[in-house]
Amino acid sequence: MSNAAANVRVPIATHTAAVDAGEMTEKISIRNLDFYYGDNRALKNINVSLYRNRVTAFIGPSGCGKSTLLRILNRMYDLYPGQRAVGDVKFDGEDILGPSQDINLLRARIGMVFQKPTPFPMTIYENIAFGVRLYDQLSKSELDGRVEHALRRAALWDEVKDKLGASGLSLSGGQQQRLCIARTVAVRPEVILLDEPCSALDPISTAKIEELIDELKNDYTLVIVTHNMQQAARVSDFTAFMYLGELIEFGETSRMFTSPNDQRTQDYITGRFG
Amino acid sequence: MSVTLNRGQVLRRLRLGDIAFKHITRTAAIFVLVLLSAVILALIDGSVLAFRTFGFSFLWEEQWNPVTEKFGALAPIYGTIVTSFIAMLIAVPVGLLIAVFLTELCPMWLRRPIGIAIELLAGIPSIIYGIWGLFIFAPFLQQTLQPFLISVFGDIPVLSTLFAGPPYGIGVLTAGLILAIMVLPFVASISRDVFDAVPPVLKEAAYGLGCTTWEVVRHVVLPFTRVGVIGGVMLGLGRALGETMAVTFVIGNAHRISGSILAPGTTISATIANEFTEAVGALYTSSLIALGLILFVITFTVLAIARYMLMRLERQLGN
Repeated sequence: MSNAAANVRVPIATHTAAVDAGEMTEKISIRNLDFYYGDNRALKNINVSLYRNRVTAFIGPSGCGKSTLLRILNRMYDLYPGQRAVGDVKFDGEDILGPSQDINLLRARIGMVFQKPTPFPMTIYENIAFGVRLYDQLSKSELDGRVEHALRRAALWDEVKDKLGASGLSLSGGQQQRLCIARTVAVRPEVILLDEPCSALDPISTAKIEELIDELKNDYTLVIVTHNMQQAARVSDFTAFMYLGELIEFGETSRMFTSPNDQRTQDYITGRFG
Repeated sequence: MSVTLNRGQVLRRLRLGDIAFKHITRTAAIFVLVLLSAVILALIDGSVLAFRTFGFSFLWEEQWNPVTEKFGALAPIYGTIVTSFIAMLIAVPVGLLIAVFLTELCPMWLRRPIGIAIELLAGIPSIIYGIWGLFIFAPFLQQTLQPFLISVFGDIPVLSTLFAGPPYGIGVLTAGLILAIMVLPFVASISRDVFDAVPPVLKEAAYGLGCTTWEVVRHVVLPFTRVGVIGGVMLGLGRALGETMAVTFVIGNAHRISGSILAPGTTISATIANEFTEAVGALYTSSLIALGLILFVITFTVLAIARYMLMRLERQLGN
């Protein structure tokens, strides 16, 4: 059964898939954003737009602030004292950083997939159903449907449909990561943040997840942090290059990888440093 | 030439040192096993007379009469189990709450003071809990909690027996409460340590779905740490079962089984501590040693289970 807290929460509007392919709407707008770990200024004056139904890739050498930026979007940094963001981040025009923002609701609307697969210590079925139950009170059959749908979306259904009662930890690394994607999808977010989702996976699992990203962007806005330049080129529509806490260059992926404006971008994508 | 010779001598001397070192350490380790076996043998040897006289009915016979030399261990066994049960009933939830607060909710500056306070609480000698329990806590209970329990539950069928008066102050409930205070730091600090061992990214993943702190603790932290927490609880239980001094002070030392937890009772360790000096006959002494053997078996079982659980936790974390 769902717990009592679920009754109080505002239900999330079902996501609408219909969007004009030619038209681009700004889903998240980041303006003049600074981020501090204590006194250390990790992000410096970031300005970038994330567009609806597009994949935006963040690339750059380790420690440049890509993951930090991602963790601002769902206020994950809130869990840790001493970390703070200053600036203007709007999600459908709504201030994310403001004190009035309902953080739990925000995190349900902006899902996140981590570098390492993080299945919860429960069954495969429960891993998916758990997040769904937080927000919706569904009948058993509706819940079953949601679980199946999410697992199908994550291209995992055929591999696990006969062992939904097995522990999520019993799956292989690639399967676990797709389970985590399914779990995120099942909550019906609007934006999905992917923090190096393939760095712990073998090439076959990586290819599957890249296919999945391509598939998911029809319904969601995706943001991916990656160290793999080819991956950024393959899956993203827009690419942002970050270096030492600054956003060096942002633009359409096809342009960024063929004729970057900044010398540093050029050096990084050709493998001269980083 | 001379160089190789020297080196050979040095190596030989080192090897001798190594062999000596190995034997010394092994002797020290084996000594522990010998000691343990000796204690078990002594207990068994000492209790043979009691078991031969009373048979296994010693275990379920309530009467304990030094005058007629009729001894049965049921009352102390019952008291041991009931006081430990009361202690765990209170210490486990409160300890878990403390651990959750410390790991998930507590501001950084308050973490250390509370952590140190818990360790200090564990370090207080049990005799101090005993005199505090007898002179301050028991009179306090006699005037406040016990009359309250008697009047509240007096008319409810089963509970009226459980909380039947009069309020003595000392008794099974008081002993259980003192034990709860003594066990609390164990449960709290071990739970805190295992909660800290949960990978932050796993918690972030749950928060990332929009979980509240309570939901993260309930559905992710507790299932993940279940085995370790149970191990900690078992260690606490081991302490509660064997605790002597504090319990002897406040339990009342009455060899009878009462339906009321407000009534005086006794535990195995309290009985032994109280009566060893006055045990004159061989049978009396043997019966007390048999009580010791029973306690040994109970705590040994509990600790073995705890070890097993902790081993499983380590294997889990190793993966």
